[in-house]
Amino acid sequence: MAEYTLKVRRYQPESGEGAYWEEFKVELDPSLSVLDGILQAKDREDGSLAVRCSCRAAICGSCGMTINGQSGLGCKTQIGHAHEHANRRNGGGEPIVVEPMGNMPVIKDLITDMESTHWKKIRRVTPWLLPHGEAPEREYVVEPESMIDITQSMACIQCGACVSSCLSMEADPDFIGPAALAKAYRFVGDPRDGESVERLHDLAEDPHGIYDCTHCFNCIDACPKGVAPMDQIMRLRRKAGEEGIEDPNSGHDHEMAFVKIIEKKGTLDESLLLQESFAPGLKGKLKPSKRAIKEMLASIPTAIRGLRSGKMRSLPKLIPGVHPKLPDGAQDDVKAIYEHAEQHREEFNIYIKGEEDVEPEPDETATEETTA
Amino acid sequence: MPTHDVLVIGAGLAGQRAALAAAEQGVSVGILSKVHPVRSHSNAAQGGINAALNPGDSWESHAFDTVKGSDYLGDQDAIEVMCREAPEEILHLEHLGVTFHRNEEGKLGTRAFGGASAARTYYVADITGQAIMHVLYEQLMKHSDSVARYEEWFCTALAMDEQGECCGVVTRNIADGSTQLFTAKAVILACGGNGQVWRPTTNALICTGDGIAMAYRVGAKLMDMEMIQYHPTTLAGKGFLITEGARGEGAHLLNAKGERFMERYAPNKMELASRDVVSRAEQTEIDEGRGFPDGTVALDITVVPRKRIHEALREIVLVGQDFAGVDITREPIRIKPGNHYTMGGIKTDVDGRTDVPGLYAAGETACVSVHGGNRLGANSLLDTLIFGRRSGADAAARAKRIEGSRPARGALEAEQAEIDAISAREKGSGRRVSEIKLELGTTMDAKVAVFRDEAGIQEALETVRRLKQEAESAYIDDKGSVFNQDILGAIELGYMLDNAECTCAAALERKESRGAQYRTDFPERNDAEWLKHIDMQRGDDGPEISYSEVTMTQWEPQERTY
Repeated sequence: MAEYTLKVRRYQPESGEGAYWEEFKVELDPSLSVLDGILQAKDREDGSLAVRCSCRAAICGSCGMTINGQSGLGCKTQIGHAHEHANRRNGGGEPIVVEPMGNMPVIKDLITDMESTHWKKIRRVTPWLLPHGEAPEREYVVEPESMIDITQSMACIQCGACVSSCLSMEADPDFIGPAALAKAYRFVGDPRDGESVERLHDLAEDPHGIYDCTHCFNCIDACPKGVAPMDQIMRLRRKAGEEGIEDPNSGHDHEMAFVKIIEKKGTLDESLLLQESFAPGLKGKLKPSKRAIKEMLASIPTAIRGLRSGKMRSLPKLIPGVHPKLPDGAQDDVKAIYEHAEQHREEFNIYIKGEEDVEPEPDETATEETTA
Repeated sequence: MPTHDVLVIGAGLAGQRAALAAAEQGVSVGILSKVHPVRSHSNAAQGGINAALNPGDSWESHAFDTVKGSDYLGDQDAIEVMCREAPEEILHLEHLGVTFHRNEEGKLGTRAFGGASAARTYYVADITGQAIMHVLYEQLMKHSDSVARYEEWFCTALAMDEQGECCGVVTRNIADGSTQLFTAKAVILACGGNGQVWRPTTNALICTGDGIAMAYRVGAKLMDMEMIQYHPTTLAGKGFLITEGARGEGAHLLNAKGERFMERYAPNKMELASRDVVSRAEQTEIDEGRGFPDGTVALDITVVPRKRIHEALREIVLVGQDFAGVDITREPIRIKPGNHYTMGGIKTDVDGRTDVPGLYAAGETACVSVHGGNRLGANSLLDTLIFGRRSGADAAARAKRIEGSRPARGALEAEQAEIDAISAREKGSGRRVSEIKLELGTTMDAKVAVFRDEAGIQEALETVRRLKQEAESAYIDDKGSVFNQDILGAIELGYMLDNAECTCAAALERKESRGAQYRTDFPERNDAEWLKHIDMQRGDDGPEISYSEVTMTQWEPQERTY
């Protein structure tokens, strides 16, 4: 047993007052959760302290909240850890700070309006299977791995922690967002779905769709179920690229520019990166296309601003042919590695965990938890 | 006053399945739940769902295992219906998009489960309930023009017409605190079980026996209320569930001496004997001093290959890590039997019909009875879906057949008065609601658990009756309208106490040991006198007991060994 202080941001809609802070002293085992602490305060002190909760075991997704600034589930955050986290930098007098989730209107205390934000976005992605043709007499026969693959998205409990933490949504409230896009991958990646391509077009062409994500990793940190929504968004982007869907951020072309330059040159000649990212050269050649030239001319003001502000310091690197050669035929070795990888279809993508049997070190995961 | 042909109360698997089945018949459907549907407790079903779908397996074999598992208290006609219709239901779910595990050929793959003579449990890792329920919710969103969803509405009572038929419900909109009357030609209760009556329990905080109590209060019969399942593998103190799938994958149970003690209790099925048998074995080890000092035994999952654990028991890895600080892939985890499932409930026929016209029940709220004295693992999801679907279809047929009736006068006003009375209680006028809940839970867990005897049950019953009186003056803090969870808690306490009273009375009545009811003062099963259901109806001084026959079709009672 230990004593903890919970500093809760409260809001009582019928009081006519704005939000305010209230501290509750609770006494419980450090291995119990922040939610257990809140429930103790509610049971013993103030029954009007409002929080959605049900399973207490991180499966129902009710108790999304912000603890010490980090979005997560109250029931999955051990109160001892939360206390340590609140007091990393000083002697131990700091309370555990509990607030409602972000990016959602607050209804009362820790209860937010998920319907107008989270669920509306979920419905935006046509969240049901759209198979083509008659169902088979027995089950659909599919690759076993494909089911395991989308089970990562199925593990989502719709708690909203990722939505709460999403920086893109803070900037663009219309962003479809991490939870709904992870849900979308569950269908795009499902071999039984007949409209994966239409879904990809829909999500790519929406200005608030898959290209609105800025890779901040917050949703991956916040997700209590290992769904890694950003990974699912990146998979959607990659599939969209494979479908030849135009990426307004040139993200896919940018990625492919790296690949092609390495393939052709055996080294990353950065002078070619910009032109290739704007528009790939014709017939796989590293020659700027008309469109690339147009885009590059259009970006001159940006380049000048960059030079003036000191953000762009290596102008010579942008001049073709200046890039130094690697010694001892290393460029040919790199080309050989590329060819080998290409022939063996080996994936090197930092976002996508392949089939390999690599598990995170348990200590690593434990450290992550303490910051939750 | 919202009106639907069919109104479903509760939006877990049984409720959602019922709503979809009713909508398929072209009637107007409303589904109402005190939490958002995906928060429902069907989420917690980890291990899987049974069906005899593999070549070489048969529904008869599944049915026999279920009959034997029930300790011959299950109604065999109902069990036959459930097992016969199981394969088609699995395929239906697969076609809707459930991401069931595949074998190497890409077809549906199975895992072994307790009390089953074949591997016939279909699963999605160890989130089967969640995976199915989220897919059903997808279908509810898809069919939103034929199924109206009332999310976060709390039911306070069933509404009856002058003829004593059920014709709606009185509800509280949690968001604004308004009381409203909903009318319908048929009402389906799918409110889950009553696990919160015990503490600890694997059940969610919402499992307060609402449906059972509401039906009881309007005179519907309850059945098998003494049959409460204690799950063999729950985390001590916190009550979290470790799926039976862990043992299905090969995990061992060990006592403090490191002995695989199930050898002494179930030499053939070992850890995969039925749940009542395994729970009693564990409790015996603990009571006789062979457990750990914290009153537990160990579940050793390290014997399962690591890759398989990460693929098939993903959730349990997280439960171990987050809630017990144990890496289950590297060390055994301490567990004990814990309250888990309500076998009994509102007595229904195979179409979900209760004794009250217009009132249906399905899932854990109901007692068909397919589980009898003990439910087999992975039969609960099946129960919710099969009887959810059948209730939905039959309720729709009733709605097409009858003219709607109006609730008797004053139904709404009576409920509003009740709520106002709770709000009006002054602080300090009695005990806190939370205190009464705690006393109820610990009492039931101490006296009406794995092993029971007359003195203990009697003591629990007296406590429950005292708590019922205390609940009448229990006060709450929140006087507001918006999300007043305090009011809901006070009403739930009333539901829980009705459930507890019925369970105690039934446990006291059944003077034998069968399934989950083990009486140390009557340690044998007694088919001559007790091969019958205990039915219960509300009387002036608590529950009135009657009996009904167990339906036998093809399986005569035998001695039960595993």
